[in-house]
Amino acid sequence: MTRGVYVLATLLGAAGAAVGITGMLGPPWSVEVGWVVPLGGLALAVDPLTGLFVALVGATSVPASIYAVGYAGGERRGSLAYLGFIAAMLLVPLANNVMTFAIAWELMSLASYVLVVRTRSDESAHAGWVYAVMTHAGLACLLSAMLLLSAWTGSGRFTDWAAAAPALGATARAVAWTLLVIGFLAKAGAMPLHVWLPLAHPAAPSHVSALMSGVMIKLGLYGVLRASFEWLGAGPLWWGPTLLLVGAVAAVGGVLYALVDRDLKRLLAYSSIENVGIIVIGIGAALTFRNAAADPLALLALTAALYHVVNHAAFKSLLFMAAGSVVHATGTRDLEALGGLARRMPWTAAAFFLGSGAIAALPPLNGFVSEWLTFQALLQNVQLPRPGLNLVFTLAIAALALTGGLAVACFVKAYGIGFLALPRSAAAESAHEAPPSMRAGMLLAAAACVALGLGASVVVQPLLAVAGALIPAPAPIRIGAGLTLQVSDGFASVSTAAVAVALAGALAVPLAALTLAGARRRPRRYETWGCGRLLQTARMEYTATAFANPFTRVFDFFYRPVRRLQIDAHPESRFFVSRIEYANPTRFIVDDWLYGPVERALRTAARWAVAMQSGSPNAYLGYVLAVLLLLLVLA
Amino acid sequence: MTGDVVVAVLHVAVVAAGAPLLVGVLRTLKARLVGRRGPAPWQPYRDLRKLFGKTPVVSTTTSWLFRVTPYVLMSTMITAALAAPVLSSRPPLAFAGIILLMYLLLLGTFFLTLAGLDAGSAFGGMGSSRAVAVAALAEPTVMLAVLALSLRANTTNLGGVVEGLAHEPLLAANPVHLLAFFAFFIVMLAEAGRIPVDNPATHLELTMIHEAMVLEYSGRHLALVEWASAMKLLLFLTLLANLFFPWGVPAVLAPGALVLGALVLTAKLLALTVAVAVLETAMAKLRLFRVPELLAGSFALALLSVTAVFLLR
Repeated sequence: MTRGVYVLATLLGAAGAAVGITGMLGPPWSVEVGWVVPLGGLALAVDPLTGLFVALVGATSVPASIYAVGYAGGERRGSLAYLGFIAAMLLVPLANNVMTFAIAWELMSLASYVLVVRTRSDESAHAGWVYAVMTHAGLACLLSAMLLLSAWTGSGRFTDWAAAAPALGATARAVAWTLLVIGFLAKAGAMPLHVWLPLAHPAAPSHVSALMSGVMIKLGLYGVLRASFEWLGAGPLWWGPTLLLVGAVAAVGGVLYALVDRDLKRLLAYSSIENVGIIVIGIGAALTFRNAAADPLALLALTAALYHVVNHAAFKSLLFMAAGSVVHATGTRDLEALGGLARRMPWTAAAFFLGSGAIAALPPLNGFVSEWLTFQALLQNVQLPRPGLNLVFTLAIAALALTGGLAVACFVKAYGIGFLALPRSAAAESAHEAPPSMRAGMLLAAAACVALGLGASVVVQPLLAVAGALIPAPAPIRIGAGLTLQVSDGFASVSTAAVAVALAGALAVPLAALTLAGARRRPRRYETWGCGRLLQTARMEYTATAFANPFTRVFDFFYRPVRRLQIDAHPESRFFVSRIEYANPTRFIVDDWLYGPVERALRTAARWAVAMQSGSPNAYLGYVLAVLLLLLVLA
Repeated sequence: MTGDVVVAVLHVAVVAAGAPLLVGVLRTLKARLVGRRGPAPWQPYRDLRKLFGKTPVVSTTTSWLFRVTPYVLMSTMITAALAAPVLSSRPPLAFAGIILLMYLLLLGTFFLTLAGLDAGSAFGGMGSSRAVAVAALAEPTVMLAVLALSLRANTTNLGGVVEGLAHEPLLAANPVHLLAFFAFFIVMLAEAGRIPVDNPATHLELTMIHEAMVLEYSGRHLALVEWASAMKLLLFLTLLANLFFPWGVPAVLAPGALVLGALVLTAKLLALTVAVAVLETAMAKLRLFRVPELLAGSFALALLSVTAVFLLR
């Protein structure tokens, strides 16, 4: 019966993808049904941007749901919430008024909350609590901004705001934009609003993590796009650089935390923060260019951002599914307890390998295309004659480059420690390959990664059209001979298909040459060289913590690592060590500097408020009277 | 069409055949500078021949990745050779820009560092961890140095940068150019594993990076890895030579022009090799955790260079 739910979810996803693609390419339409919900009724509208995100949610749900058949199996808890989660995510981009949006958004949050706390462990309870707090703090920002905008423009319909917004004062628009962006970025997981993400994504079942990371956080970015490019009209110049800096911080911060994490799924969650950062850099660049009247460059940057949105949905859902297979097979997410999986579960390992290459932006896979486009958009900032802005762009370029390098390191660690060499625990030793439905889900996502990379010249066209609906400008990307993407009239060009052909050809040449020369003798198999020790065990392998150690030392101002070393010696002699305990945890500056003080302040405020709670009904009636009198006086 | 193929083969042949000689010349120069006689410059060819003739030993703990990596590494270097302006400013992969080239090299690093982890020895893991750290920290400098060049040439296309800058005679005296050059030079030392970042002549586990990572390789696998590393050094020096001193790089694909381009390139590479040899002789290897400071210094140079572009325009 529960398998039926996942089949239904697959069909729902496919239907959503179909609706989204027709919306993306076809004419816009809208429906309004007044009686369904109060305050404006149900209002849905489709334009190209909506279509893209609906298609993305639908298309990502298909492999995730196929995967879930094998992963969740007969487990009943959470299957209906899963269906509701997909339906709500499909509805969010369609919503065209405040009421519909609020219902869909809250439904999405609630369904995902239910899925996060599904396993009933302390970990998931804590994750669920933090998630609930953060998501509702975000909702509070969103709703207050939306209600303010409704009051100011006299309409709760989103499409009316764009027309009325230019008449609003600068302060009003700044307030609305700030609140909307904070609310949406909290859902997207940008730093420092990301705290729920590394808790909630690992706690949820892996097919849900794939959707949360792959598409749910993108709906936050959808909101940022709507708020920045449409609802509030052309904004002041500071919006764009603000987003650029926020994106740069999220990209570098996210990948730095991913780099030192030893929990496979939490590592992927941090890497999602990094990728949201990369997308926000693209959006920020587009916004800066648009508000500085450099529309073709804005279109290029926005296309790059949308491309990365699509790419991240493909490779992050692939990676979460592969990580889920590992959890399914070994019961652990700890990298230090994994290893040797490449030989025990070859399909899963291949899927994770491909996903790692794609997310590390290695050519000719898909991550490379969108990062390359983002770089090309950022590099052209010299066309803006403002040194201050140029400097912000320069920092964003450096941040993006550092992120790219660190992402390679991070996924070398994830795959190299998690899948290669000898298994580090009995669970990893006896790991088994995932069942067929899980492999099918991963295969679909892997195919998407390859297709989005090699087919860049095809994929970029509809994305240009979607971005062009927000920023009307002549297309900055042309398709040249050999499937070449040509950016901004000769500024840059690349062809992933040609690179793939060159790589394949160059791979064949040495192989063929060696075979012809008769030099391809069969290699001799022998154990790893180890300075003459007697046998090799997994305890001699490099660990994930050790692998990340150079980074912990280089970025110690960021990680603030604490080193605890305790050596217990034998009571007879201090030279006989009986136990060594070593811990090297990193701390989170966001927790230390932001959430810690806020939490302490809230606790202090709560202690003050306790004084009012006397338990006497007379006192409470007195409060009511006092407030009533105060309101009467104020009125 | 046939002409294109001939040029492509020529490009790869020059890089592949020249790389061992470059390493040999560098070693000979270093030996002479410290008063040793040293091996002949063509010793690396002999080493490669010897290695190709030996049966490789592959650890029983490894997966398919370990055996594939030498070929993939070679393939990335060949593709990078096709994308770089080696003999003329019109490389066979004419669309290629510096970002593609850097990510191709990262693709090789990705495979090689994973292969280092695959055998399960602590040496390999240590080498991989360090190699990937150096590569990651060098990346921002590369991008900013590129930005400085592309801002002036208004393209990130490698051929375009060479042709755009070749028209400015007083190029080398420009502060932007000098700063970017030094930044890129330091990155070259780091990426190609030269002193002061890594010592290619050592097998001491406390200091080695590249050698630790490839410790498990032997036979033809080791030959391919070593050859690819030599090609990487040659490619980086070629980029330094042709991007920062773009004089004499032909913009046409005629046979005479290509021969001239090869001669000019040889002269430039020789000058750079002497510079590297002198530097390696005069300097000691840095402690591993001082290397990030060096890279931060090169990043600062690149940042200054880009800022100078904005201020001087």
